[in-house]
Amino acid sequence: MNADMNLDTLVRDLVAGFEGEKAVAVSRRGFLKVGAGAAGGLVLALSAGLPSDAQAQAGPGGPPPIPFVPGAYVRIATDGKITLISKNPEIGQGIKTAFGVILAEELDAKWSDVTIVQADVNPAVYGTQFAGGSMSIPMAWDSLRNAGAGARAMLVAAAAKQWGVPESELTTSDSTVIHAASGKKASYGSLATAAAALPPPDVKSLKLKARKDYKLIGKRFTGADNDKLVQGKPLFALDVQIPGMKYAILEKCPSIGGKAKSFNVDEIKKLPGVLDAFIVEGTTPSKNVMQTAVLPGVAIIGKNTWAVFSARQKLKVEWDHSTASKDSWTDYVKQAKALSTKVQGDAVVKATGDVDKALAGGKTVEAFYQFAFVSHAQLEPQNTVAWYKGDSIELWAPTQLPNQAIVGGVVGLAADKVKLNQMRVGGGFGRRLLNDFVCEAAYLSKAINGPVKLVWTREDDMRHDSYRVGGFMAYKAGLDAQGKLAAFNAHMIGFKDTASGGTSTASGISANEFPVTYVNDYRASQSLMPLSMPVGPWRAPGSNTMAWVQQSFLGEVAAAAKKDHVEFLLELFGRKAGKGQDGADQMPGMPRQAGLNPDRAIGVIKMAAEKAGWGKPLPKGHALGLAFYFSHQGHVAEIAEVSVDKDKKVTVHKMTVAADVGPVVNLSGAENQCQGCVVDAIGTMGLEITMENGAAQQTNFDKYPLPRMPVSPEVNVHFVQSDFSPTGLGEPAFPPAVPAICNAIYAATGHRIRTLPITKEGFKIA
Amino acid sequence: MLKLNVNGQDREIDGVADDTPLLWVLRDELKLVGTKFGCGIAQCGACTVHLNGQPIRSCQMPASAVAGQKITTVEGLAKGEQLTALQQAWIEHDVAQCGYCQAGQLMSATALLAKNPNPTEAQINEFMAGNICRCGTYVRIKKAIKAAAAAGKGKA
Repeated sequence: MNADMNLDTLVRDLVAGFEGEKAVAVSRRGFLKVGAGAAGGLVLALSAGLPSDAQAQAGPGGPPPIPFVPGAYVRIATDGKITLISKNPEIGQGIKTAFGVILAEELDAKWSDVTIVQADVNPAVYGTQFAGGSMSIPMAWDSLRNAGAGARAMLVAAAAKQWGVPESELTTSDSTVIHAASGKKASYGSLATAAAALPPPDVKSLKLKARKDYKLIGKRFTGADNDKLVQGKPLFALDVQIPGMKYAILEKCPSIGGKAKSFNVDEIKKLPGVLDAFIVEGTTPSKNVMQTAVLPGVAIIGKNTWAVFSARQKLKVEWDHSTASKDSWTDYVKQAKALSTKVQGDAVVKATGDVDKALAGGKTVEAFYQFAFVSHAQLEPQNTVAWYKGDSIELWAPTQLPNQAIVGGVVGLAADKVKLNQMRVGGGFGRRLLNDFVCEAAYLSKAINGPVKLVWTREDDMRHDSYRVGGFMAYKAGLDAQGKLAAFNAHMIGFKDTASGGTSTASGISANEFPVTYVNDYRASQSLMPLSMPVGPWRAPGSNTMAWVQQSFLGEVAAAAKKDHVEFLLELFGRKAGKGQDGADQMPGMPRQAGLNPDRAIGVIKMAAEKAGWGKPLPKGHALGLAFYFSHQGHVAEIAEVSVDKDKKVTVHKMTVAADVGPVVNLSGAENQCQGCVVDAIGTMGLEITMENGAAQQTNFDKYPLPRMPVSPEVNVHFVQSDFSPTGLGEPAFPPAVPAICNAIYAATGHRIRTLPITKEGFKIA
Repeated sequence: MLKLNVNGQDREIDGVADDTPLLWVLRDELKLVGTKFGCGIAQCGACTVHLNGQPIRSCQMPASAVAGQKITTVEGLAKGEQLTALQQAWIEHDVAQCGYCQAGQLMSATALLAKNPNPTEAQINEFMAGNICRCGTYVRIKKAIKAAAAAGKGKA
């Protein structure tokens, strides 16, 4: 709570990856562009700058210039069909639908007239196009509303001109302009051509709808692609087939960083369907965390997927392990336990008051927590179709972060020679912010000088993931005479990158981590162990584990103080120390707003308690557990209802989610994200990737048992629909779920889970 | 020459190895890409198709072993434009997130309702346990199956 700091760094990195040294100078004022459509209709491109206060922050000596954040297109054909364009990747977070709803609301379009299509990757038109950090909604909220309202204003102006009446006498509804006094009506389609000929309005002149007038925002919409999905229509990169396309695998060293010395090339080349096989030397890694190299290995090219998959089973590679990782989870656990005996880590990240003195007297609580590495395991394995054409390259890829410069760099082409088609992404969870598989396909396409589909197997995927980093936390807290939290000491044992020496992605503790400022005597410190395994953003990076250790431990403290957990958290947030801590969570390109807001925290905790029946009688053997966490600008409290049998099998019967993310755009999509986060969290409690000699030990779902339907509980989702501007929901409902369940397990059994996966403590999710 | 009957049509495929899993014949040769690859070891169910009406994992079934038998894929569920009750329920209840597993989920759910038109919660859980949804849409899959079952009541 503020593990998001890590994310902030990531976002700066990825934005830097796009902008390079040619950071676009941003006009303070937004502008609209207009042009005639191919069909003679209205084509409105809105390119609005960022909120002016955020802009103002980016002065000399301030943060780097915030890149140009353009909006979306609205296209209205003369037959009345409205096409809205979603610029960001659809990875299952429902952004394609949500973007359409926002545009259509301000346009005052009839929903059945609307078709939503995926934008091409085109930074010159759309600026950064990515799906990460639950940022699509907050980053696009203003610009999409302006785009919709701008198009509406032009249609109104066209009707006013046609009818010779003042614009102020006109209203709109259901894709129609209406003049109530005369009873005249005109469809948007009939006005589109005339509207396109008018000068575009100034963004400042646009009048956005009041919230009470929303007709679409906040209602339920089924996903824009659902009709195609249920019929198995091709939507994913893996589904792309182009004439003359070959198929490829790339076998890389199981121990990260190893190189291929030789392989049984003659035998492989003779196998049926195999067209070629060769050693890949790889490319130099980029310094940017989001920019990845092509790792060395052995490529097999064949006439279909099975030809290369089956040939691979006969592949015998001699690896050079001299450069390979030697990382061992067993060793890390030993080291961390030794380090955890220190009350203060190698580096103090934040200290206020005198925590050692405060902890010397009075009642204290201590605990040591440990959590494993996990894999993203998005269901669509990494794949890309690449077609190198000499002076250009075209790709079809499932990426969260389409980046022409990175891909072009691999094959020696400028960014503008790279055509990147955004395909629907079969699960992201942060893994596809890295473009390693896209780069590999580009590399192989150039190597064979033709179109190729690279397909990773599940084993490739789990061996070469950018894992969620594991970690350890040693806590000590002090209570005052009234049993209130008075002192708080956190010693995080995390990881630093062997090559750069910097804190590994989503590891470590931030200077803003809760409950800083809520207690006077506070210290957060960290000790970092060198890590060479690749780690990266994983759904709610940092927050998803920080929430577990912190909210579990606060549950322990509440129990030690003999306080009701709800009352304990309400008292803590009631101190309102964090109010006005503006900027703590500020991310580049985000509309400016306060970070953790204690009033919003209190609001969702109270709502969760009320909806879950906190303090009321429960079925025999059932118990409740609470947790709250703030991440990705979302305030979320969750209450788990569990029972635990004599064999330590945990059944999660019900989860109550109370979230404040401002106004909800698509209620169906928002609930779906929260339900999915809960199931993901339950599953992840039982999962781990252990590594020995720099190689992952779990490489498919037989050893990495993702959650299945029987463990899926009833999930009841409630929203405090506050007036803060809306924020994203791909992530913030995940972090509180695991500690809520662990707090419930404690309430049911008296056993405190301090190790993830919970199987390490003899428990399992039934 | 491999002969398959897919979605009611006889298809002939040349030049694939005998051990080629049905999944890759459907996807690479017949361009029926609705059936998905997830794990390759029959753990995730993304590749579920029907063999003579029974759900099977096509990633582990050699195509040569099912020659001449009736295979149905997700593309063969709807009758022309007319979606099945389950497909409609999937849209109505906005089941999908990323959507990658949903073809497999639908094939399993279709087989379930064909066998047991009015399944209990426990029967749904048991039958659907072979299909992983990484996005965790189980809450909605269950809801959609129940809705389709209710819609189908009284029908033959």
